[in-house]
Amino acid sequence: MDKHEIRLSGSGGQGLILAGIILAEAAIIDGKNAVQTQSYGPEARGGASKAEVIISTEKIDFPKVRNCDIFLSLTQKSFDQYGKGIKEDGIIIVDHIVNSQSANNKIYSVPIIDTAVNVIGKPMVVNIVALGVLVALTQIVSKEALEEAVLDRVPKGTEELNKKALEMGYAMGENAKK
Amino acid sequence: MPSAIVNEYFRTNKLPQIWCPGCGHGIITRAITVAIDKLGFDRDKICVVSGIGCSSRATGYLDFDTLHTTHGRALAFATGVKLANPEMKVIVITGDGDASAIGGNHFIHACRRNIGITTIVFNNNIYGMTGGQYSPTTPKFDKGTTAPYGNIDKAFDIPTLAAAAGATYVGRSTAYHTNLLISLIENGLKNDGFSLIEAVSSCPTYYGRKNKKGSAVDMLEWQKDHAVNISAASKMTPEALEGKFLIGEFKNSPEPEYTSEYQKIIDRFIKE
Amino acid sequence: MKRKAQLMQGNEACVEGAIAAGMRFFAGYPITPSTEIAEISAEKLPCVGGKFIQMEDEIASMAAIIGASLTGLKSMTATSGPGFSLKQENLGYASISEVPCVVVNVQRGGPSTGLPTSPAQGEIMQARWGTHGDHPVIALTPSSVKETFELTIRAFNLAEKYRMPVILLMDEVIGHMRERVELPEISELEIANRKRPGVSKDAYKPYKADEDLIPPMANFGEGYRYHVTGLVHDETGFPSNSSSVADKLVRRLMDKIETHKDDIIQWEEQNTEDADIVIVSIGGVSRASDTAMKMLRAKGLKVGTFRPITVWPFPEKRLQELAERVKTFVVAEMNLGQMVLEVERIIKDKAEIKRVNKVNGEAVYPEEITAVIEEVL
Repeated sequence: MDKHEIRLSGSGGQGLILAGIILAEAAIIDGKNAVQTQSYGPEARGGASKAEVIISTEKIDFPKVRNCDIFLSLTQKSFDQYGKGIKEDGIIIVDHIVNSQSANNKIYSVPIIDTAVNVIGKPMVVNIVALGVLVALTQIVSKEALEEAVLDRVPKGTEELNKKALEMGYAMGENAKK
Repeated sequence: MPSAIVNEYFRTNKLPQIWCPGCGHGIITRAITVAIDKLGFDRDKICVVSGIGCSSRATGYLDFDTLHTTHGRALAFATGVKLANPEMKVIVITGDGDASAIGGNHFIHACRRNIGITTIVFNNNIYGMTGGQYSPTTPKFDKGTTAPYGNIDKAFDIPTLAAAAGATYVGRSTAYHTNLLISLIENGLKNDGFSLIEAVSSCPTYYGRKNKKGSAVDMLEWQKDHAVNISAASKMTPEALEGKFLIGEFKNSPEPEYTSEYQKIIDRFIKE
Repeated sequence: MKRKAQLMQGNEACVEGAIAAGMRFFAGYPITPSTEIAEISAEKLPCVGGKFIQMEDEIASMAAIIGASLTGLKSMTATSGPGFSLKQENLGYASISEVPCVVVNVQRGGPSTGLPTSPAQGEIMQARWGTHGDHPVIALTPSSVKETFELTIRAFNLAEKYRMPVILLMDEVIGHMRERVELPEISELEIANRKRPGVSKDAYKPYKADEDLIPPMANFGEGYRYHVTGLVHDETGFPSNSSSVADKLVRRLMDKIETHKDDIIQWEEQNTEDADIVIVSIGGVSRASDTAMKMLRAKGLKVGTFRPITVWPFPEKRLQELAERVKTFVVAEMNLGQMVLEVERIIKDKAEIKRVNKVNGEAVYPEEITAVIEEVL
């Protein structure tokens, strides 16, 4: 059985729940099973938000992450709140701004927010950049499926922007592997 | 022998009704059927909805599709009927407590939506069914069984409330001024949107007795002596209007009706 | 032919199922975690000629769907904890006046405002006894997105068939979860519609039941001109103070469901044939039970699961049969012990009963169930 448990975390408004949905949809395009859940507070913006995705070749019973294989965190608050229970061989992907010294896992620190805000100039694509990084590092879904899933979900007229964000994220992920 | 109009529109096998001798509700209920008769509506396409209370028992006696609902909620049920089947003429019969206390929220929102419902509030200034407790329209300092020392609440003026909330046809008459009442209901039913007619009723059993208002006849006389038609009021001095209340058509300003507006949304997707 | 596999949320599947079942009227009021059901209904209903309205509160929403159903439209409302409390009075109205409708409650943490964004199962007993007076209840509890689709359709079918409100008792885990589903084609679905009068308009008695205890139903606006009331009424629909009329009506309402239990009750069991221990759970908790069962089976323990799909009426007979053989039942739920009361009532002292309860706003995890079972052994 091939099963992966992924937790995406950050601050409300960064689009991580949508990122979780896209990742799950990409897995379905790849012909796998996927379940996506979320937990959030009363804040529509700010606070700590988390989306979880389980991808498996078999039926998924319990839908929440218990043994996290991949943990993504874009803010310190979400790292501190949700960065527990990562599997020993699990990996952590954080934004540059997150101090991740407390963790014992393999850590990739990537300038995800900076790329979205300053390089691309569109803070709203931070989730898509993050997905690019995550998939390049883990190959959890195919790159083609990810792109298809992104384009299915993003607003009309933003396809090129999001493709660019995905590519830049993917390249950063490839680079971080080295 | 019931009159022709009663024979035609009442479920005569359900009569006599439960109201006390001298109650104004029977006059008002009959006025509704006269207005319907004048308009010549298809009686199979009329739905009369009521809440809980003395007035709300009227639905049981009227020969239409009738819906006797929960306390205060008649307008919410009626909204479902009207939106689901806009073909139907929907009439709500409610009381002062039913409409403006427990149902106050539904009342202002039905007005606001301007949904095609004609509401007749039978206002007897008291909770009659439960035995004479003060209501939101009990005049200040009057007595009820729950206001033994006089009511200190300020009373609602239901037509003013309805007009402010967005009802597009608003009027008031009394059980005494039956012809005016009939014409207001008729005009209310002609209005596509939300119409509110307050029908001042009388409760000799509880409100009258508690407040020494005399017999049923005395109470009707009081209506006759204290009601001033809005058309006459403008020519009267404030002194002359002291202690009086207004009757007549207060508002008639049609606006697009809710269910027709909704139909326009459906029409965007479903072409005939 | 199957529709394409897709990722779908529980609340979305509820609306898909409702529209497939023929829902053409929805009245609601925003409340987490059920709001998506209103939002998606608002978007989709006009596209099929249906109506959506956002009412001023949950009481009004419940009232509006009853009014709409009386005109012949299949109607639904959806809410969560506080809103479910507000709907109770008119739920009782729909019961006594026998108006088909579907009420969805996506359970969140309570009491009161509680934990609006967190899962719970605190309304199992409220679903049964929330409205005053004796009344029958059908409550269905889906444990997956696909089953939410299926049970929403079933809720409409049962509501129409038995002329009563049917509760779809979801929880936040299922309502907000998204998973891969392949929905069936509409043409493959079985859709039930209310029984229509077979007599002339003059002879029609709206509450005269057939032998199956279910009265045929005319729609308002068709010329039957009948009366509907929340008061105790006789076959004609008019109020009555007669003690024999009251007795007959309330007993018929209860018997209407009691005599059709076999048609209504559904459950699912896994690995119960040889089980010493059976985990009993519904909705989102069943997902943890399945995982827990597999974990324990992998260790060689004889564990099975029992999942009521109709939590009301409860699958009593089957549980009794299982209790003849099973040594321990572990009842897991996101409350401090509600369904377990029913299990205890049914099993009495025929088997040991253990509880797993959680009210901290988190889902029950498989390890919390296995821990209790390993304690038993």
